[in-house]
Amino acid sequence: MSDPNVLLEAHAVAKHFGGVKALHDVSLTIRRGDIYGLIGPNGAGKTTFFNCLTGLYRNESGHFVFDGARLAADAPHKAAAVGIARTFQNIRLFGNMTAIENVMVGRHLRTRANVFGAIFRNRATRNEEAAILRRAEELLHYVGIHERAHDYAKHLSYGDQRRLEIARALATEPKLLALDEPAAGMNGTETEALRLLVEGISRDGVTVLLIEHDVKLVMGLCTRVAVLDYGEKICEDVPAMVQRDPRVIEAYLGGSVA
Amino acid sequence: MNLRFGKSMPWLGVVLVAVVLLAVPFVAALGGQAWVRIANFAILYIFLALGLNIVVGYAGLLDLGYVAFYAVGAYTYALLASPHFGIHLPFWMILPIGAALACFFGVILGAPTLKLRGDYLAIVTLGFGEIIRIFMNNLNAPINVTNGAQGITLIDPIRFGDFSFAQTGHLFGFTISGPQKYYFLLVALAIVVIVINIRLQDSRVGRAWQAIREDEVAAKACGINTRNVKLLAFAMGASFGGIAGGVFAAMQGFVSPESFSLMESITILAMVVLGGMGHIPGVILGAVLLTALPEALRYGIEPLQRMIFGRMFLDPESLRMLVFGLALVLVMRFRPAGLWPSSQRRRELAEPAD
Ligand SMILES: Nc1ncnc2c1ncn2[C@@H]1O[C@H](COP(=O)(O)OP(=O)(O)OP(=O)(O)O)[C@@H](O)[C@H]1O
Ligand SMILES: [Mg+2]
Repeated sequence: MSDPNVLLEAHAVAKHFGGVKALHDVSLTIRRGDIYGLIGPNGAGKTTFFNCLTGLYRNESGHFVFDGARLAADAPHKAAAVGIARTFQNIRLFGNMTAIENVMVGRHLRTRANVFGAIFRNRATRNEEAAILRRAEELLHYVGIHERAHDYAKHLSYGDQRRLEIARALATEPKLLALDEPAAGMNGTETEALRLLVEGISRDGVTVLLIEHDVKLVMGLCTRVAVLDYGEKICEDVPAMVQRDPRVIEAYLGGSVA
Repeated sequence: MNLRFGKSMPWLGVVLVAVVLLAVPFVAALGGQAWVRIANFAILYIFLALGLNIVVGYAGLLDLGYVAFYAVGAYTYALLASPHFGIHLPFWMILPIGAALACFFGVILGAPTLKLRGDYLAIVTLGFGEIIRIFMNNLNAPINVTNGAQGITLIDPIRFGDFSFAQTGHLFGFTISGPQKYYFLLVALAIVVIVINIRLQDSRVGRAWQAIREDEVAAKACGINTRNVKLLAFAMGASFGGIAGGVFAAMQGFVSPESFSLMESITILAMVVLGGMGHIPGVILGAVLLTALPEALRYGIEPLQRMIFGRMFLDPESLRMLVFGLALVLVMRFRPAGLWPSSQRRRELAEPAD
């Protein structure tokens, strides 16, 4: 009964912190293959939306339907299991593990070796371990940081850390990749490389949900954009239309585009 | 892992260690069987500390009640192999039962509490350790299960058919005493737990533990069911505690609640922390040092005091606490990652996480 082209539907999701309405009945629809932009001024509730979606926060009302099924609230590992992977605005890597180990952790979900496998190192476990390593290497290549594979995550440059986070997220084989300000703190060249990476990810069949303050990047990259302001969705459309919406211009874009 | 003795001749290291391990009980016996027993306890503590290392070192869960699982294992053995109930099961049946029971208690304790973090978990586990001890102390009425504070005596030694670990025997022309036999059994067990520790470290589960220790939120976002994975660490640690308890009961022939005090939990934890959390050679070093320390005090300080002052000022027991505390403070001050930390732990403590 639900539209098979729709990957994610948010239904009137609300979340507040004390008196602060971080999200006020936000509904939106992300279709398969979208690069969906979520923009808005600081404190608009973008990250809170991610946190509710990925189960880190429990929304007070509303719910998400992902890939035709309702998402269980408050269970981050289940959100990952059904195919939602994310990165964090303030990068959260496993700093004292190497880049490749970080990505290998991302494979946890799609592999099954248990304690007995670990202790007895039977053939199945060894094969699986080799496959984990191979996949992690591929993903580091894919995001372009394979030469840093054996460096500790915390020693990578800022841009490389962002890429590593994306590689780790991709390791979970997501249907939806949610990126929280991936270009923050990047210079022009790095941002351009990121744009190409996100396009590549999209071409490879992963739907992307992107929070970003870099308006040029969002407008150039996204197929659809929603704008949040004080926890409310004030607009949702294709980038060209969003840029012209008077409420958006007032709340967020200001004089920069008008 | 960092157990290499020269890269060019790895076998030399193995042979060397094997020779030393073989020689220890015979050299120690020159000073009397008491020394062999001390060596046995050192190895038993290595076993215990490496079990706790999975919980504290790998998964980063501060468990202050580890001795509870040791007690469960010891009492399981005592009740199933002594005249107390007149049950005399063979050890190969009881040790797995003890491990399973300890594991069960680990899950019972862990399931509701593993949401707690750091200090809170430490307090709950500490309480649990005390509860188990108090139970052992008072479970002699209305039905006499544990025989209260008197403990349980005449526990069967470990026995393979006619080969009893309690008696002196002869093997290849050597005379081998009971404690020496236990020594070899304990070394075998310790090797097993070392291998398990090593293998867990680079495995899917081991990486998940490390990820949780590094950043629990990110670990969850990667799809790790952190509650189950932590519970797994807890249950595994508990099982090792249970096995160690069983061997302890068999070796001593006697158990009482006194052996399972909070101090014991703290000692085992101190072995892990002092040696180098998460680093196997470090934990082994910690266990050996902290087993040897009180013995050195007992045999060293007492004669020393008599020699210098002509009488005893400080009894070794209170001196032990003093030295123990001082050692911990000094190590934490000057080597916060432990005496022999893994390179990773050194990194963690060297640079603040960003
Ligand atoms: N854990 C929390 N506790 C209390 N208030 C919070 C919490 N998380 C977010 N908020 C509040 O909710 C509102 C929305 O925050 P959110 O982080 O979602 O904004 P954002 O759109 O991601 O902003 P930015 O662009 O700065 O990242 C803000 O007013 C913020 O202070
Ligand atoms: Mg944000």
